[in-house]
Amino acid sequence: MLEALSYPFMQRAVAAGLMVAFLASYYGVFVVQRGLSFLGSGLAHAAFGGVALGLLLRREPLVVAVPFTVFVSFGITWVRQRTTLASDTVIGIFFAVSMASGIIFLSMQQNYTTDAFSYLFGSILAITRTDLWVTGFVVLLALTIQPLWGRWAYATFDRELAMADRVPVILDEYILSMLIAVTVVVSVKVVGIVLISAFLVIPAAAARLLVHKFSTMTWLSILFGLSSTVIGLWGSYLLDVPSGATIVLVQAAIFLSCFLAAIGLQAGYRRRHHSETER
Amino acid sequence: MHAVQTSDLTIHLGEVEALSGVSCCIQEGEFVAILGPNGAGKSTLLKVLLGLLRPDAGEVLVFERAPEKVPSDWIGYVPQIKTLDRSFPAIVLELVITGLRHSWARRLRQADKKKALETLELVGAVHLAQRAIGSLSGGELQRVYLARSLVRHPRLILLDEPVTGIDTLGESDFYHILGGYRHVTKATILMVTHDWEVASRHAQRVMVLNHRIISFGPPAEALCEECLRQAYGKPDLAARHELRGGLPHA
Repeated sequence: MLEALSYPFMQRAVAAGLMVAFLASYYGVFVVQRGLSFLGSGLAHAAFGGVALGLLLRREPLVVAVPFTVFVSFGITWVRQRTTLASDTVIGIFFAVSMASGIIFLSMQQNYTTDAFSYLFGSILAITRTDLWVTGFVVLLALTIQPLWGRWAYATFDRELAMADRVPVILDEYILSMLIAVTVVVSVKVVGIVLISAFLVIPAAAARLLVHKFSTMTWLSILFGLSSTVIGLWGSYLLDVPSGATIVLVQAAIFLSCFLAAIGLQAGYRRRHHSETER
Repeated sequence: MHAVQTSDLTIHLGEVEALSGVSCCIQEGEFVAILGPNGAGKSTLLKVLLGLLRPDAGEVLVFERAPEKVPSDWIGYVPQIKTLDRSFPAIVLELVITGLRHSWARRLRQADKKKALETLELVGAVHLAQRAIGSLSGGELQRVYLARSLVRHPRLILLDEPVTGIDTLGESDFYHILGGYRHVTKATILMVTHDWEVASRHAQRVMVLNHRIISFGPPAEALCEECLRQAYGKPDLAARHELRGGLPHA
C-alpha cells in the first residue's frame, strides 16, 4: 500500500475515496433511518441525467450534474411533503424520468459511450486536483453545518414531535436532501453512478445492527465507511480490479460480520436471560 | 387566564372538514377530556393547538397567543405510541432529554441527565433510563413519553390516547402520576380518549366532538345519552353501552 501511495494518482484516489466515504456514511445514517435507501439510487440516476446533459452541452459534466441533481432532490422532497405517496414511489418516478432524460441527451450526441461509461462505473484513478478541491469543499460544508445533526436526528426519530418543538423540519429536509444530492454527484467519479447507493446505505445499516444510540451509529458508520475505502482501494491495487466495486464488496463483508455479531449478541442475551429466569 | 380559546375554528384535511365552527374556552388548570368517534377531529384539534396545523377559518389562542408563538417549553405533548418508530436507535434517557433540548443530544450533559432522571423517577421509570426504546412495552413507553413531556414543566399537557393498549394497572398508575403532577403544578390537561369511564372519573369537563362540538361541560352533562347518540350514532352507541356497562349517570 505504501508503495502504491508514492504515485500521485493513488494519493488523489485515497484522498477522494476517504472524503466521499466520510460524506456518504455520515448522511447515510439519515438515509437508512428515514427509510430512504432508494434515494441514493434515485439521485445517482438523476446525476446520470445531469452528466449526460453536461456531455451534450460540452461542459464539465459534474458542473452540470450538481444543479441538475439538487433540482431533482428538491423535486422529490417537494412532492413527498405535498402528497401521501410513499417515498419510494416518488423517488421511482424521478429516477425513471432522470434516466430517460439522460438516455435522450446521450442519443442526441455522438461518441458518448466512453465518457458515459466512466461515470456509470466510476474512475477513481482519473480523479483530478479540481475534483479533490470540490470534494474537499463539500466535506468542509458538511463539517460547518454539523450542528444540524441534532435537529435532523430529532426529525428522523419523530417528525411531528420535532415540528411541535418548533424545529424547522421542512427547511431541514431541503437542506439535507441538497447535501445528499451534492454528495452523490461528487461521489460519481469515485464509485460510479451504479454503486453510489451502497456507500450511503451499507456502512450505516451495518452500524445500526450493533448499536442502540444514534450518535454511536453515526460514528460507527463513518468508521466503517473510511475503513472499507482504505481496505477496498488497497485490495483493488493488489488484485488489479475496479476500485469502486472492491470497496462495495468490503462494505458488504463488514455488513455480514456485523449481522453475524448481532445474531451472536442476541443469542447470548437470550441465553443469559433464560438462565437468570431458571435460577 | 384562558389556557385555550377557540372561536369558530374550521379546518379541512384534504376534502374532509375535520373541524367545523369549534368554539370553546378552557381555563388554566382545568383537566378536559375530548371524546368522539374515530375521525371526529380530536387529534386534529390537538395538532392545531400545537401549531402543527393552521385553521382555514376562525381563531385559536393558546395562553392568549397564536399557537406557533407559544414557547414550546410551555406545552408537553404525549403522542399516540403507535406512531413511534421503534427501529430508531435510542435509549430512554436520550428520548426524555429531547423534551429539554428540542433536539437530539449528541452528548448527554450532566445537568440534562439529572433532570431527566428526576422526571423518570417521578413517573416510576428510572430503571428504564439506559434501555433501548425498541425493547420497551407499551406501558413502559407511555411512561417514558409522559416523562419527556413533564421534564420541561409544561403549563399545558396535550395527551393523544395516552393509555391505548396498556393494562388496567398501568392505566391506573398513569392517571395517578398525571393527577399528582397537575395537583402540584396546576397545569392544564387536554386528553383525547375513547374511554368514557376514564373521562368521567378524571376530567373536570368533557368535550364530545364529532367535527363540531356536540357537548362540552361537566362529565355527567356532556356524556348524556342524547349527546353520545348524536356523536356516535345509535348502533355504535348501543354496542359501546354494552361494552362499558352503562353510561355515566348524572
